[in-house]
Amino acid sequence: MTNPQNIVRRSATTTTPPRVREEVEEVAKLIDVSKCIGCKACQVACMEWNDIRDEVGIVDGTYNNPTDLTEHSWTVMRFTEHENPAGDLEWLIRKDGCMHCAEPGCLEACPAPGAIVQYANGIVDFDSDKCIGCGYCVTGCPFDIPRISKHDSKSYKCTLCSDRVSVGLEPACVKTCPTGCIEFGSKDAMLIRAAKRVDDLKARGFDQAGIYDPAGVGGTHVMYVLHHADEPGLYAGLPKDPRISPLVGAWKGVTKPLMSAILGITAFAGFIHYVTKGPKEEPADEEVFGAEGEEGYLRDTRGEEAAATVRDPAKEEER
Amino acid sequence: MKHDEVKRNQRGQRMMLRYPASTRINHWTMAASFILLALSGLAFFHPAFFFLTHTLGGPVWARILHPFIGVVFFLLFVAIAASNLRYNLWIKNDLRWVRQIGDVLTNHDERLPPIGKFNPGQKLVFWCLVISVPLLLVTGVIMWRPWFAGYFPIPLIRLASLLHALAAFVAIATIIVHIYAAIWVKGSIRAMTRGWVSRAWAKHHHPLWYEDHVDQDLVEQRKARDGQGERPGAERDLKARE
Ligand code: HEM
Ligand code: SF4
Ligand code: SF4
Repeated sequence: MTNPQNIVRRSATTTTPPRVREEVEEVAKLIDVSKCIGCKACQVACMEWNDIRDEVGIVDGTYNNPTDLTEHSWTVMRFTEHENPAGDLEWLIRKDGCMHCAEPGCLEACPAPGAIVQYANGIVDFDSDKCIGCGYCVTGCPFDIPRISKHDSKSYKCTLCSDRVSVGLEPACVKTCPTGCIEFGSKDAMLIRAAKRVDDLKARGFDQAGIYDPAGVGGTHVMYVLHHADEPGLYAGLPKDPRISPLVGAWKGVTKPLMSAILGITAFAGFIHYVTKGPKEEPADEEVFGAEGEEGYLRDTRGEEAAATVRDPAKEEER
Repeated sequence: MKHDEVKRNQRGQRMMLRYPASTRINHWTMAASFILLALSGLAFFHPAFFFLTHTLGGPVWARILHPFIGVVFFLLFVAIAASNLRYNLWIKNDLRWVRQIGDVLTNHDERLPPIGKFNPGQKLVFWCLVISVPLLLVTGVIMWRPWFAGYFPIPLIRLASLLHALAAFVAIATIIVHIYAAIWVKGSIRAMTRGWVSRAWAKHHHPLWYEDHVDQDLVEQRKARDGQGERPGAERDLKARE
């Protein structure tokens, strides 16, 4: 559910979006990967609250089920069997889904005004009724999150339960998690929580434990506590230093207004040229061929025979 | 053939054919599809142009139709480009013409060297499009949802999106120049709508093409008369073009 008075960014919009409330607290969801048991209760809660049902797919021999995010599965658990340097197996389970970036690549890329908005509390939401189905959000997202529906060609992803949050509830996944692995609150509070968890993990021998709140996208409103924060790639390819790709930056950046301006100036230059230098008028026969006209010219250059050789264009066409 | 039979314009000038009907039909179908592509494409290009999606029936229809029109446009372009390729090759006099661009712009045509069916400006338009249009097709297919984009890795789609926007910019800028040139040089628009130009126009703007044309006529006439014909201008042609 959109809150149309608390928008800090709005896709394809060059004016200030409505933002009447000052000092709105930023929220965050904290996922403590070290506590996750892979039960997928959050996946079920997400389906239930949002009332979406994915097709029954195939089991690919892993615990990943569904095997990927889809327009109907906004969060999936990604299972990795990692053998650590000591030779022990670590089962790394990461709940994947939209990170609600402070600088969202999806919103940056979207060409449809208002199809993607970011609320003052940090939630990045898709207003699917305004979506045109171009897939630019998929191109822009550094985390490969949005999915275009095969049924209605609209883009979907986790809303961070913006409808629940706007009435003071926590997201459905948070409410249901049996181990307390997912927590929700203000971003500041979650960072403090996360720091405690990191200390705890370090005390238990996970020297590289840390918070995943990547600065490259301005921080995120979904954060992880990782036991191996130095190697986020271990967790099913979580990017180490995600940022809006420079290609997307170049595509969506200054080049566009610049190119638009050049096109306008080119057309304007044509207008100026026309009113100052004027057109090349149709030349008269005498001007081009001399006083005796084309026949005279042909006779002079090619002889008598040529002067009589002029075919009718209408007949030429039939050739 | 008697001269009186030759098609004349309102000023009584004798005419000759510049573009056959097939080229004319192709050109204007292509022009219409290009305009639709440019308008719908610009709508996704920058929010200032988003209202242009209405030229294709609204934002979603614009997204759906743009790539299909693009494919039609591409096929028409290939046909017209292939049939005009030989007139767009560089000849010696073109360089002199380019050096005298000041005379071109100030309409001092009498000072210009003789050039062929297309002048270097037109050739530049041709080659800009020969580069940008296939690039638009390839990058457009890579971006095309829901049909094709899913088969490509996201970094490639990013590159394709950037290149599509750049190629579209080149193509649209080229076409703005092209349209202006048609307005500037009187007689060109009728050449593409009805096919013919006055013979004086041909000789004035495209002398080598005109001379070729006359020589060709002469050959045909001799063939009709003697059963064989030799091009009287062959030697002169070579000199102008070497
Ligand atoms: C040749 C075949 C073409 C194909 C297959 C194609 C395909 C596409 C696709 C798939 C998109 C994304 C929006 C959508 O899904 O509708 C797009 C955007 C665009 N197209 Fe094309 N297109 C083609 C030709 C052209 C041409 C000739 C022009 C220039 C007149 C053009 C200009 C644009 C522009 C400006 C955009 C927006 C790019 C941006 O968002 O930065 N396209 N095209
Ligand atoms: S993770 Fe992707 S979809 Fe989610 S806010 Fe960031 S860029 Fe957008
Ligand atoms: S698919 Fe929809 S949400 Fe995604 S960029 Fe296009 S219009 Fe925006």
